[in-house]
Amino acid sequence: MAVDEGLRSELQKQGVYVTTWDQLVNWGRSNSIWPLQFGLACCAIEMISTAASRYDIARFGSEIFRASPRQADLMIVAGTVTKKMTPQVVRLYNQMADPKYVISMGACATSGGPFHTGYNVLKGIDRYIPVDVYIPGCPPTPQALLEGLMKLQERIKSRGFGAAMADRQGEYPVPAFGETGLKPKYNPEVWQPPTQHPFDYQRVPQPKPAAPGTPA
Amino acid sequence: MMLPPIEELKTALEQLLPGVSLSVDGHALVVTPKDLEPVCQCLKETERFGLDYLANLTAVDYPPDRMDVVYHLCSMAQKHGPVTVRVSLPRANPVIASVTPIWRGAEFQEREVYDLYGVRFEGHPDLRRILMWEGFVGHPMRKDYVPEDQNAPEAA
Repeated sequence: MAVDEGLRSELQKQGVYVTTWDQLVNWGRSNSIWPLQFGLACCAIEMISTAASRYDIARFGSEIFRASPRQADLMIVAGTVTKKMTPQVVRLYNQMADPKYVISMGACATSGGPFHTGYNVLKGIDRYIPVDVYIPGCPPTPQALLEGLMKLQERIKSRGFGAAMADRQGEYPVPAFGETGLKPKYNPEVWQPPTQHPFDYQRVPQPKPAAPGTPA
Repeated sequence: MMLPPIEELKTALEQLLPGVSLSVDGHALVVTPKDLEPVCQCLKETERFGLDYLANLTAVDYPPDRMDVVYHLCSMAQKHGPVTVRVSLPRANPVIASVTPIWRGAEFQEREVYDLYGVRFEGHPDLRRILMWEGFVGHPMRKDYVPEDQNAPEAA
């Protein structure tokens, strides 16, 4: 139950602080998001830069990059996810403690990026695990990553802790290596293939402009 | 010491190795598949060449019927190179002698060429895929390789 802002402000002037359990817990949770310490490609360099003193991710409470998935609650998928790396990424996600969040950082992790037509790159990590925030860019700047982190904080604050825990899905199936790629190609519970090709808007035939001089 | 121009290198090699016929194409020394081993051995062991370092080994796919394997050789001792050696193979069945016994560093590069182009290296100590996983079918860097459609619907 939300507290009326005006009433709270009045009470604070009197030295009385009112809050709800969810607000208190989410205030703590959203300001102490511990990311999993792993990087896959050049986006990781920007992520490292974000963690260092110039951009200082510690301002948002996320400076503690954990080397163990058991102690992390945010996975920043920073870089190209190759088909060969996908099972490990999904397994790491499975091993993280609930409630857990995923930021897909950069074009590669989101869609395969420049390797979209390649034989060896996964076209988006959202095929196997649920993604909370997508950050565009190749690679995204540290400012963009911080923006994504703030979006995630808003997302955490917008839902109660109980509801977030109730969303738990258990383990996500880890794909296996097949003859031409991963088996299965995606997890139907989290992702469905687009009914239309994502780049079709470029191929939609446009009506021809009328030739000059012809009556309208 | 500088290496002689590629034409002189070819003449010198032909004098050292009777029965071996070479040709020059651009900057590359073109060797027939059967002559590759003696030519490589000679380039490494002869003191005036001293090409003791295999900097690069790769393949080029020329559909429909040609597959080239390219070697770039340098000398660490004499600080010269690279010399480009090229072998043309039939694309349907590309088999070539391994140069791993000559340059140990060729091992992983030959495995990579085998993995991505399907060239088999005879005499290689451990010829299996290195980048793609075991059980993968096909050689993805061949120009006629068609990658899978990752958006193909999966049976639910």
